[in-house]
Amino acid sequence: MPSNTRPAQAHFVAPIDETPLVAIDSVKAEGKPTNLWTDAWRDVRKRPMFWISSALIVLIVVVALFPTLFTSVDPRFCQLSLSNQGPGDGSVLGYNRQGCDIYSRIIHGTSTSLSVGLIVTFLVASLGIFFGALAGFYGGWVDAVLSRLGDIFFSIPYILAAVVIMSVLSQYASVWTISLAIGIFAWPATARVLRAEILRVKNSDFVMAATAVGVTRLRILIRHVLPNSIAPVIVITTISLASAIVAEATLSFLGVGLPSSTMSWGNDISQAQVDLRTNPQTLILPSIALSVTVLSFIMLGEVVRDALDPKARAQR
Amino acid sequence: MAGYIARRLLQAIPVLLGTTFLIYFMVFAMPGDPVVALFGDKTPPPQVLEAVRERYNLDQPFIVQYLLFLAGIFQGDFGVSFSGQPVSEILAETFPVTLRLAILAVLIEMVFGIAIGLVSGLRKGGIFDASFLVVSLILISLPVFVVAFVAQYVFGIQLGWFRTTVGPGAPIQDLILPAIVLATISFAQIVRLTRASVIDTGGQDFVRTAASKGLSRRRIVPVHILRNSLIPVVTYLAVDFGVLMVGATVTEGIFNVPGVGRTLYQAIIRGEGPTVVSFVTVMVLIYLVINLLVDLLYAVLDPRIRYAK
Amino acid sequence: MTSTVNGTDVKHSTPDGEERPLLEIKDLKVDFTTQEGKVTAVDGVNITLYRGQSLAIVGESGSGKSTTAHAIINLLPGSGRIAGGQILLDGQDISKASKKEMESIRGRKIGFVPQDPMSNLNPVWSIGFQVEEAIRANGIATGRKEVRARAIEVLKQAGLQDADRRLKQFPHQFSGGMRQRVLIGMGLSADPQLLIADEPTSALDVTVQRVILDHLESLTRELGTTLLFITHDLGLAAERAEQLVVMYKGKVVESGPSLEILQNPQHPYTQRLVAAAPSLASRRIQATSHGEEAAGAHELGTEPATTTDTIDLIATAEARAEAHEAAMAQPPAIVIEDLTKVFKIRGSGDFTAVDKVSFEIPKGTTTALVGESGSGKSTVAKMLLKLEDATSGKILVGGKDLASLTGKELFDLRSRMQPVFQDPYGSLNPLRNIGNTISEPLVTHSVGDRASRRARVFELLDQVSLPRTLVGRYPNELSGGQRQRIAIARALALKPEIVVLDEAVSALDVLVQAQILRLLADLQAELDLTYLFITHDLAVVRVIADHVCVMQKGRIVEAATTDEVFENPREQYTKDLLAAIPGANLQLGA
Repeated sequence: MPSNTRPAQAHFVAPIDETPLVAIDSVKAEGKPTNLWTDAWRDVRKRPMFWISSALIVLIVVVALFPTLFTSVDPRFCQLSLSNQGPGDGSVLGYNRQGCDIYSRIIHGTSTSLSVGLIVTFLVASLGIFFGALAGFYGGWVDAVLSRLGDIFFSIPYILAAVVIMSVLSQYASVWTISLAIGIFAWPATARVLRAEILRVKNSDFVMAATAVGVTRLRILIRHVLPNSIAPVIVITTISLASAIVAEATLSFLGVGLPSSTMSWGNDISQAQVDLRTNPQTLILPSIALSVTVLSFIMLGEVVRDALDPKARAQR
Repeated sequence: MAGYIARRLLQAIPVLLGTTFLIYFMVFAMPGDPVVALFGDKTPPPQVLEAVRERYNLDQPFIVQYLLFLAGIFQGDFGVSFSGQPVSEILAETFPVTLRLAILAVLIEMVFGIAIGLVSGLRKGGIFDASFLVVSLILISLPVFVVAFVAQYVFGIQLGWFRTTVGPGAPIQDLILPAIVLATISFAQIVRLTRASVIDTGGQDFVRTAASKGLSRRRIVPVHILRNSLIPVVTYLAVDFGVLMVGATVTEGIFNVPGVGRTLYQAIIRGEGPTVVSFVTVMVLIYLVINLLVDLLYAVLDPRIRYAK
Repeated sequence: MTSTVNGTDVKHSTPDGEERPLLEIKDLKVDFTTQEGKVTAVDGVNITLYRGQSLAIVGESGSGKSTTAHAIINLLPGSGRIAGGQILLDGQDISKASKKEMESIRGRKIGFVPQDPMSNLNPVWSIGFQVEEAIRANGIATGRKEVRARAIEVLKQAGLQDADRRLKQFPHQFSGGMRQRVLIGMGLSADPQLLIADEPTSALDVTVQRVILDHLESLTRELGTTLLFITHDLGLAAERAEQLVVMYKGKVVESGPSLEILQNPQHPYTQRLVAAAPSLASRRIQATSHGEEAAGAHELGTEPATTTDTIDLIATAEARAEAHEAAMAQPPAIVIEDLTKVFKIRGSGDFTAVDKVSFEIPKGTTTALVGESGSGKSTVAKMLLKLEDATSGKILVGGKDLASLTGKELFDLRSRMQPVFQDPYGSLNPLRNIGNTISEPLVTHSVGDRASRRARVFELLDQVSLPRTLVGRYPNELSGGQRQRIAIARALALKPEIVVLDEAVSALDVLVQAQILRLLADLQAELDLTYLFITHDLAVVRVIADHVCVMQKGRIVEAATTDEVFENPREQYTKDLLAAIPGANLQLGA
């Protein structure tokens, strides 16, 4: 039987040249100064999805602004004799039931979708930021009232609300009224996001430090709180642009959107329903235009979220 | 738990009053004769016009009109349709169909969405994850009516797997295609939400602690990761139903499903304003009730809410 | 000095007769894959641990101590993986064990007690469920009744007396200390040979910390469990473990018997740590002031200051004490009388956070407000800074009542009284550059023009020993200590008389903490500042404060000079707090 001896545990000291000491808390700041925005830009720049979606959006904007660069055919010049004819003879994508050029109608319909998207987004962002910031920053009864108000608007799905409004305002239907009808019920989501973010930021020590220095409330809101809580709003705004375009198309499809005289993808899709069996591309082609536009903004929103939200970045 | 339910019910009251008021306001505070405006360019039969005027008490001051409208709702009186049939009667016929369609759609999106989201989240960055990320982005970008038409064209007309329109009595096999279409709206969102939630939960300290106790991966994934990840997914259910209502209107319209959605769809298409208002009101009420139910489900899933005073 | 544990088992010996260690880590290397490439977090670590022994790994954040612990049970986070070396558990290399083998080792052979009791229990399952699943997974008991009985036994053992009643409750219904007991119970539920405790109490209040550590110690001794303990507190490590391993930047710089290392640290890094640890410093000051020869205290690591970076807290304390003896005669800078704050809580009535608190702070001195979480100490600070309104009572600053100030007067007062907060990551606006952050007080109070403000910013950066090149940079590039320096510079911008330090050094690593404490002492001497120093850590108080007010549940239970409080505490609560400073039982300098 071997005897059990526990070897003494020696006092070990690592050689100093293998474990050199570094000055305590030395400053290591090199290169260009970085913050959230520069970091985000650096991140976004590396992603192909960013460049694809940006290129598509630039293209869509150019098409919307200068449709005649892309087609010389008058979208309103329709000949029943050409009804449902296929491509060829100077027509890229063929003709619809009314004998109008499909390609030209898609090109000229771009600005409608984009305008509605932009107006709604502007409306949603302004209302959402205004109410969200007030509720979050001032708290108390302001918050209670605004949050309940938001709940009420949020409880009516915005497309249903727009259906009601547009049913009543059918004789006034235009890009502006439809944008208003969508935007007026779509803002609570933005307000909620901003409110939650502001509640988080306003309890930060740097806000307390600013208060302790005597910085005014309004200045604290503008200088310290809003810039630090705006990132999620940017993300949700990009996505809401896409949702607004879909909403317009849905309303037009339901026949309570834009008047049939207005060039709109939703209108064209709606009118092409009856030809689904005989001439499906009259329906499919504007649908593709619509979906690609929406996809561009969704992709952009996705990339922006990944860049601005550290949590989303970690999940990539 | 009881306190939580009571508080949620109390909170629902101002929202209920607010939403009904808002709907009423949107229609009847508009300039001109609201009844005429409601019918747009149509000329309704005089008896319908009279019925609508009577229903909305247009001779009374605005606030009284609203209160009478609200009282009517509580008595199950949602007005009469264009053809003179009481809305409540139409509801009794159509609601079961829509309910079946909605349950089917929610089941499809939940089962597939959660399963795919879970696998994506557990294998973050893999091929499966990457491909479903692309698929989900595309699905999110497709408006529901586009999906509906494409499905109708491909599976109904080209392949002939399903009937393009739903037959009488709305048998379940005819509802499958519309349900799938309806499910695509939120399916992608659920995949993404589940994925994000699974990744988030997977990195939590308690998951590591569970492993340190000697639990196997096969137990940790369902019990500690999936179970916790369901909470945000269930919260999303509430939002989801709002989307589902609009989706049902469009889908039922396109597939001719004899449900609440199609009734609303046809009323919109035909410009029957009063019917539209009645049905939107009904849908908003259903939405509120579902929101309440989801909140309760949320409490069941999360003990921190259940036991909060 | 090696501890000897009797009763070693014959089975655990090597052929040549030497006892085989329970755990032997040889040349362990752990890599993480990041976007910038591979980062080695643990590099060539050797640890030997015998049955029944206790060993502590000590190090600052980023030293690799927790990574080492996680590598042992093969639960490295994210992209971490063992890149080299061996982890021998009873002779078997578990670093190469299969998934299945590892599952049977975790819990059964190696128990684990994690750091943060708040995040380590699954919030959706009951306590009973989580303990029972551990018992079932390790095959300790089968059958519902037996498992339940064992769960109750385990929890009772861990110090939860009413365990049978509380099995059905959820984690959020438990206090932090109770949750930590549950985690300890879980870690020991399968009666493992080795228990790894990763900073098991650093998230808890000091008095709770002490009770739990005492319990853990007696429990592991009773069960004969070998303990591997991870901590950042050298005093705590030396007090609780026989063997010490000091880690620095992924490497072991020194290891051996605890007392030997503490009394005779050889590596310059260990020397730094010994000199900077507040718990040890306060013990050493204690020792000196008790009439023992100063040389004795100096033996404890203050002697060979091999690098200029070594900061001895005792020197800080001495320098400060001298400078302020004279100041005590001046009129008080702050007088607080019967200060009360009542919060209205919906549903459950009123909560008195601060209850008739009165104290004075003489000009140019430091008064520490000490208490555990929920004692109301930070609320006092907020009321003094007028970030929160008092319910009743008086605050006089420079003879003026805060409550009667007009808007203009309050604005002027703000320039004379500035705060520094705890969280270095939350106290600077991440979107404003350092220059703008420091000059904000100047801009707000319209001091000087652009050029003079810039000059003042440079002067302030010099004062807090930071390079001037930082003006255009953002906080995200700075460490916690550097951010805290910026916060101090901002607080000093308007040349205030009073600085309120709300846990200003609590979140920092010991060496950085010592550095900032030194800076604060120097600035006080230079600028004749009055400090209100709020902290939960009595050890730090000993170094920095002239007066101490001990707060408990909103009241001041004891107030006296620092020496009096430390040498002659009257209240039991103060005694408990003092006893909770780690290192009480260490024979230092004797």
